[in-house]
Amino acid sequence: MISLKKIEKVYRTSTIETLALTNINLHIGAGEFVSIMGPSGCGKSTLLNLMGLLDAPSAGQVEIGGQTVTQYRDKDLAQLRNQKIGFIFQSFHLINDLSVLDNVEIPLLYRAASSRKDDTVGPTRRQMAQEALEKVGLSNRVKHFPGQLSGGQKQRVAIARAIVGRPSIILADEPTGNLDSGMGNEIMAILQQLNADGATIIMVTHDETMAKKTQRLVRLFDGSMVGDSTLMYDV
Amino acid sequence: MLTNYIKIAWKVLLRHPFYTFITLFGISLTLTVLMVLTSFIDHLIGVHYPETKRNRSLYMMQLGIIDSTKNSRNQSSLSYKFLKQFVLPLQTPEKIAIVSDRMTTNSYVGSKRLRLGLKFTDAAFWEITDFAFVAGKPYRQPNVTNGDNVAVISESFRDDYFGKEAAVVGKSIEVDNTRYRVLGVVKSVPDTQLFTSADVYLPYTVPKSNYLTDSYLGMFQVIMLARDSQNMAAIEQEYKEVISRIPVPFVDNGFKAYHLETDAKTYFDTFANTQAGGPDIATFLTLVVLFALMFMLLPALNLVNLNVGRSMERASEIGIRKAFGAPITTLLGQFIIENLFITLLGGLLALGLSWIIITLINQSGWIAHLDMTINLTVLIVSTLLTLIFGVLSGIIPAWRMAKLSIADALKS
Repeated sequence: MISLKKIEKVYRTSTIETLALTNINLHIGAGEFVSIMGPSGCGKSTLLNLMGLLDAPSAGQVEIGGQTVTQYRDKDLAQLRNQKIGFIFQSFHLINDLSVLDNVEIPLLYRAASSRKDDTVGPTRRQMAQEALEKVGLSNRVKHFPGQLSGGQKQRVAIARAIVGRPSIILADEPTGNLDSGMGNEIMAILQQLNADGATIIMVTHDETMAKKTQRLVRLFDGSMVGDSTLMYDV
Repeated sequence: MLTNYIKIAWKVLLRHPFYTFITLFGISLTLTVLMVLTSFIDHLIGVHYPETKRNRSLYMMQLGIIDSTKNSRNQSSLSYKFLKQFVLPLQTPEKIAIVSDRMTTNSYVGSKRLRLGLKFTDAAFWEITDFAFVAGKPYRQPNVTNGDNVAVISESFRDDYFGKEAAVVGKSIEVDNTRYRVLGVVKSVPDTQLFTSADVYLPYTVPKSNYLTDSYLGMFQVIMLARDSQNMAAIEQEYKEVISRIPVPFVDNGFKAYHLETDAKTYFDTFANTQAGGPDIATFLTLVVLFALMFMLLPALNLVNLNVGRSMERASEIGIRKAFGAPITTLLGQFIIENLFITLLGGLLALGLSWIIITLINQSGWIAHLDMTINLTVLIVSTLLTLIFGVLSGIIPAWRMAKLSIADALKS
């Protein structure tokens, strides 16, 4: 599903060069639920950004679904992200000026989903967004704005946005990091359900308890991969 | 998608009222100046009262007679003699009207002196134009043939001479020590209308006009009505042929003329030649567009600066949209549409402001009877200007925002 080969990432400014990742080789198969752990600044988010095609490696190859994407143009990368990848962020990144429903619809704006009601061409954007919100238990908040929601509710909206386009890969960057443990567990349960439904999930976390709920744990230290172990679900 | 963009644009506007005020103030002020200017240019050269058939009319304002070396020339309006021989017999126009230059003279009401503009016309003048008669009717061919001392006066002259809204048809006015019977009263024409503006209109055959002179140069202008816009070229051609058959050299008032310079032109060309130094329509439009662009450049740059300065406020949104599949071109489109939305709001404000300013200018008496308007032409030009301003001021910030790296945008 996702393969990283000899990945390096260097951040350069005019005066300083920082090696964020070095010699990363990682393969994640379809349907896996992988957590990535490591201390702050070890390169977890950078790794997730590379897997999500949000950033380009300084060296090495990224493959998604067997396609090497390193040389893709902006338009092709955007299309690939839109169709195959959903993102969940620690700080939600909801657009405060848009309603919950409008926020969830965003990924569908950039594909050929119809905005009109026409049963012959499948569900409309609105219907798909409403379905996604139902999955995360927020169908009663569609007209609310992010500012009117709790942290847990915001993260659920973010999950609905990540899954609305039915992507095969979900990348979550510390999805429970801003939530209390109760809310965190709820979010984790949703992610586990999505994984059970077939989605490949890669989650960056600081929380060992949450990591133990995934199938595989990748550990990073100082930009290098220092561990890769298979786990049992801690249900 | 468009609704999504407009919603965002609206919310962005509401987010910082002071910034919004400054932005809209800059946009609307710039566009107001341009709209008022457009309205004035349209007033000068567009189709307006009472020349509503200007689109299919040709005009002659002046005749030049030139010596053999082309160094010396006499130039003036055309004489009745010239018109009778070479213009009135033309076959292709639907109608031909003659009207004199506007002459200034005096009239007295008691001891009060009224300065007035006078024009001598034929009967066809009232058929080619669309004067609004508030009372009475125009003089007709028999009045012209007989040289009757009859007059059509403007509404404002009636008010000055007889008193406001007096019933004056059949009454007499005294102009230049001659009495004329008033046949009709017309809505006043702005002074900017070169061929039709006057306070008193008289048949060109009245004794005072002295229209029978021996020269080709005189005091008349011509309006020729074509059957349709295609017919105009045929009129120009026929007139050229007639002129080319005039034997040269000839002596006119002691001046030996070898060449004649005269054309039947559109109103725009006539106006440009006589009032603005003679640019053709393409040059004129280029100059106007250049001026408008230059005028818009400074406020556009200011808006660019403000927008660029605020672009990081929306970094998270940009990051999210890109992460979920928005290509750079789509984001570029979004931000330009948002800017156009804001500019169009400014345009609407400008439209309101322009209407107020135009009303104030019309009422100020700066130009007598001025009737500048916001008509369809002004509206179309204003919309175009607004769109150009929107794109000009939106494209650089949009490009900068769209080019933000996703990872950086999400970090901020």
